[in-house]
Amino acid sequence: MDLKDKLVSSFMAFEDGIDVNDPVHDIRSEAIKNFETKGFPSKKEEAWKYTSLNNLQKIDFSVFPKQESALEYKDIKKYFLHEIDTYKIVFVDGIYSSYLSETTHDGVDVCLMSSALTKPMYRQIIELYFNKIAKKEDSLTSLNTAFSKEGAYIYIPKNKAPRKPIQILHLATGNEASLMLQPRNLIIAEENAEVQVIERHQSLTSNEVFTNSVTEIFAAKDARVDYYKLQNDNANASLIDNTYIDQKDNSVVRVHTFSFGGKLTRNNLNYYQNGERIDSTLKGITILDGKQHVDHYTLVHHAQPNCESHQDYKGIYDGSSTGVFNGKILVDKIAQKTDAFQQNNNVLISDKATLNTKPQLEIFADDVKCSHGCTIGQLDEDALFYLQSRGIPKKEAGALLMYAFANNVLESVRIPELKARVNKLIANKLGVRLGFEL
Amino acid sequence: MAYTEEELKKELETKEYEYGFYTDIESDTLPKGLNEDIVKAISLKKNEPEWMTEWRLEAFRIWQEMEEPEWANVTYEKPDFQAISYYSAPNKKPKYESLDEVDPELLDTFKKLGISLDEQKKLAGVAVDVVMDSVSVATTFKKTLAEKGIIFCSISEAIQEHPDLVKKYIGSVVPQKDNFYAALNSAVFSDGSFCYIPKGVRCPMELSTYFRINQAGTGQFERTLVVADEGSYVSYLEGCTAPMRDENQLHAAVVELIALDDAEIKYSTVQNWFPGNKEGKGGVFNFVTKRGLCENNAKISWTQVETGSAVTWKYPSCVLKGNNSIGEFYSIAVTNNYQQADTGTKMIHLGKNTKSTIISKGISAGKSQNSYRGLVQVNSRAENARNFSQCDSLLMGNECGAHTFPYIETKNKSAQIEHEATTSKIGEDQIFYCNQRGIDTEKAIALIVNGFSKEVLNKLPMEFAVEAQKLLEISLEGSVG
Repeated sequence: MDLKDKLVSSFMAFEDGIDVNDPVHDIRSEAIKNFETKGFPSKKEEAWKYTSLNNLQKIDFSVFPKQESALEYKDIKKYFLHEIDTYKIVFVDGIYSSYLSETTHDGVDVCLMSSALTKPMYRQIIELYFNKIAKKEDSLTSLNTAFSKEGAYIYIPKNKAPRKPIQILHLATGNEASLMLQPRNLIIAEENAEVQVIERHQSLTSNEVFTNSVTEIFAAKDARVDYYKLQNDNANASLIDNTYIDQKDNSVVRVHTFSFGGKLTRNNLNYYQNGERIDSTLKGITILDGKQHVDHYTLVHHAQPNCESHQDYKGIYDGSSTGVFNGKILVDKIAQKTDAFQQNNNVLISDKATLNTKPQLEIFADDVKCSHGCTIGQLDEDALFYLQSRGIPKKEAGALLMYAFANNVLESVRIPELKARVNKLIANKLGVRLGFEL
Repeated sequence: MAYTEEELKKELETKEYEYGFYTDIESDTLPKGLNEDIVKAISLKKNEPEWMTEWRLEAFRIWQEMEEPEWANVTYEKPDFQAISYYSAPNKKPKYESLDEVDPELLDTFKKLGISLDEQKKLAGVAVDVVMDSVSVATTFKKTLAEKGIIFCSISEAIQEHPDLVKKYIGSVVPQKDNFYAALNSAVFSDGSFCYIPKGVRCPMELSTYFRINQAGTGQFERTLVVADEGSYVSYLEGCTAPMRDENQLHAAVVELIALDDAEIKYSTVQNWFPGNKEGKGGVFNFVTKRGLCENNAKISWTQVETGSAVTWKYPSCVLKGNNSIGEFYSIAVTNNYQQADTGTKMIHLGKNTKSTIISKGISAGKSQNSYRGLVQVNSRAENARNFSQCDSLLMGNECGAHTFPYIETKNKSAQIEHEATTSKIGEDQIFYCNQRGIDTEKAIALIVNGFSKEVLNKLPMEFAVEAQKLLEISLEGSVG
C-alpha cells in the first residue's frame, strides 16, 4: 500500500481516537478529502519541479507512534538553546513531553495545540484562527490539517510579551523503524504584542523520519513576531515545513531559516500582507553537503499599499547537495508604494553540487519598487590569496570568506545567544576551528 | 502644455493599429483542416522530394500525440486546428525578374508598410526576400550574394536546389518533437527563408525577410534556416506587420540558426503583428520557436523588438555547445491594451568558457500582461560558464502587469551567474529632474522611455533601428517623442 492510501485509511482510525463532535471535525474531513483527490505533489507541478517526494512515498512510515519513550534532559540538552532561560515545548515522537517542557499561562498562553483544540475556553480563538490562513487547496497542508492534533499553541494578548523566548523542539527517538510526524502550530500575537520563537526538528537516530509540519502565524496591528527555524537534522530526516503568516497594519514579522542538514527539506514560507505599512522579513542561510536537498519556496503577497518586504537567502553547496530557491513576490493592483526586495546569493563549492533558482516577480501595480538579484559564483581568488599571504591557512581563509558571505543574514537575529549558536554551527559546518569565536 | 503620464496612457489606449489593411490577391488555398492528406498535399504542391514528405508526416504523427502547452502566463481561446487552411500562395506565378512585373497591388501593400523594394535596393543595400503569405514572390540582390557563394532563397527553393544542406540541418536544432507548435510547423510549414554563408565569408549586407499574413483564415507557418559555415558572419533581419482582422490568426514559426566554428550570426526581429483592437478583440497568436546552435568560438546574438500580437509565446534560445561560444539576447517587449506577452530566452551552457548575456526590457501599458521567462542552464561539464541577466520592467498605469520568471539551474561550481530584475514606473523625481533643467514633461517621458530601451535599440542594425524606433513610437510613445 502506498503512503497516500495508508494515510487516507489511517484517517478513520485517527478520527476514532478523538471527539467527532469537535468543531474541527468538519475541517479535518474536508482536508482529508482534498488530500485524497490531490495526493502528494509530483515533479510535474511547477512548484515541485526541482523536488521529488517519490522516494519518501516508498517508505512504509508508521503514522501513529506505538510506544512512548522517555528521554533525559542531559541527553538532549545540546539541541536546546540552553545558554538562556526559555519556555520550552517539547514533543517526543509527536507526543508532548511535560517532563522536558516548560509552559505558561501567566498573562500569555504558551501551551499545547491539543488542549487548545479540545478545551472550551479556547474554542472562540480556534474558530477565529485555526486553519484560516493555511492554504486549503495545498495537498500537504490539507494532509497536516486532517491529522492536526498536537503542536505548539502560543497566544499573546494585546500589549503583552512573554518574559523569555519560546523554544519548540520536535524529537524523534527511532522507536519506530520509520515515523511520520505532523505537528501543527498556531501562533497569535494580538495588537502590539511581541514574541520570539525558535523551532527545531531533531531526529536522534538513523531511522527514517518524515515531518510534515504546518505553522500558522497571526500578527495583529503593531505586533512583532520573530520566528527562527533551525534545521540541522541527520541524513535520514526529511522535513516539509509549511508556514503561513497573516499580517495586519504596522506589524513586523521576521522569519530566519537556517538549513544546515537533513535528507530533504522543503520550506514553504507564505506571507500575506493584509494591512498597511507592514514589514516582512525573510532571511535564510543554507549550508549543505553530502546528498542533502533543501528547497526554499517563498511567497510574499502584497495585498495592501505602503508595505515592505525584504528577502535575503544565502547558500553554500558542497558535496553532491542540491539547493533550490523559488521566491515569488506578488503585488496586487491596489498595493501601490510597495517596496519589495529579494536577494539570493549562492556559492557552489563542489562539482557535483546543483543549484536551481527561480526568483519570480508578479506585479500588477505601477507605483512600486520591486527588485531582485540572484548570483551564483565562487570565492574570490584574490581575497583568498590576501588572507593566505597574511598567514591564514587556505581552508580557514575560505571559511572566513564564506562566513562573511553569510553574515548579513545574521545581523537581524535579535537573540545574541542564538546568533552565537548559529555562528558555531556555521564554523562546524565549514569544518574549521578558527581559535576564536566567529 | 504639460504632458502627463495620464495623457500618455490615454493616448496609448486610443492609438489604433496603423498598419491594418487588407490586400485582395487571389489565393491558391487548400481546404480547411489538417490530416495526413493535407500534409501530403502541401508537400506535393511544393513539389518536394520524398524524404521531405516523410519528414513532414513524421512531424504530423508526433504532433497528433502532443498536447497544447499550458504553462505560459497567457490566457487565450485555443485555436481550432481543423478550422485553419494550411496553405495559401499568391496566385500570380512565376517569379519575376524585375519589380515592374510584380502585381501592382502587392507593391502598393509594401508601400503602405514603408518597404519600398526599390528604395531598399538602392539606399539601404538590403536584400529582401519578401514572403507574402507563404510563397516568396520577390528576391533581390541574389546576384551580388551569389558571387560570394552565399545562398539566400526561400526554403522551398532550397529544398529543390540544395537538398543536401537542408536535409543535413533542418530539425537539427529544433527537432520535430521539440514542442507542440514546432511539431505543427514541421508538418505544415508553407515557406520561409534559407540562408547559407560559406566558410570564411562575411556577408556584405544585412539579409532581410518581411513576413506578412494576408489571407483570411490562413495560418502562417514559416520555417527559417540560417547556416553560417566556419568563420563566416551574417546579420539577418526579420520584420513583420499584419492586416487588421477580427478572428484570431495563428502564427507558429520555427527559426533554426546554426553557427559552426568561429562563425557569428546576428538575428534581429521587429515584430508588429496585429495586436487586436483596444477591446482586446482579434489579433495574432504568435507561438514561435527560435533556437540557435553555437559550435566552438561561435556567437549568436538575438535582438528583438516585440510590439505586436495579441498573444506572444516566444523564447529565442542559444545552445552553447562549443567551447568559448557566446550567446546574447536583447529584447524589448511592449504590450498595450489587452496584449499578452510571455517571452524570454534560454541559454544552455554545454561547452567550456561559454558566455551569455540577457538584457530584457518589458514595457506594459493599458490592461496588458508582460512576462519575462528565461532559463540559464549550466551543465556539469561547462567549466567557467558566465552569464549576466538583466530584466527591467516599466509599468504604465495600474491595470497592467509585469512578471518575471527566471529559471537558473547550475551543475558546475565554476559558473558565475548574475541575475537582476527591477520593476518601476516613470519616477516623479526623474520627470522633476528634467523639468528643472528646462525639458518639458512630454520630452522627459520620451527621453526616459527611450533611455529605458536604448540598451536594446543600440544592438539593432542601423537600417532596422530606425524602423524599430518608429514602431516603439506607434505602440507607446505616440506623439511624445
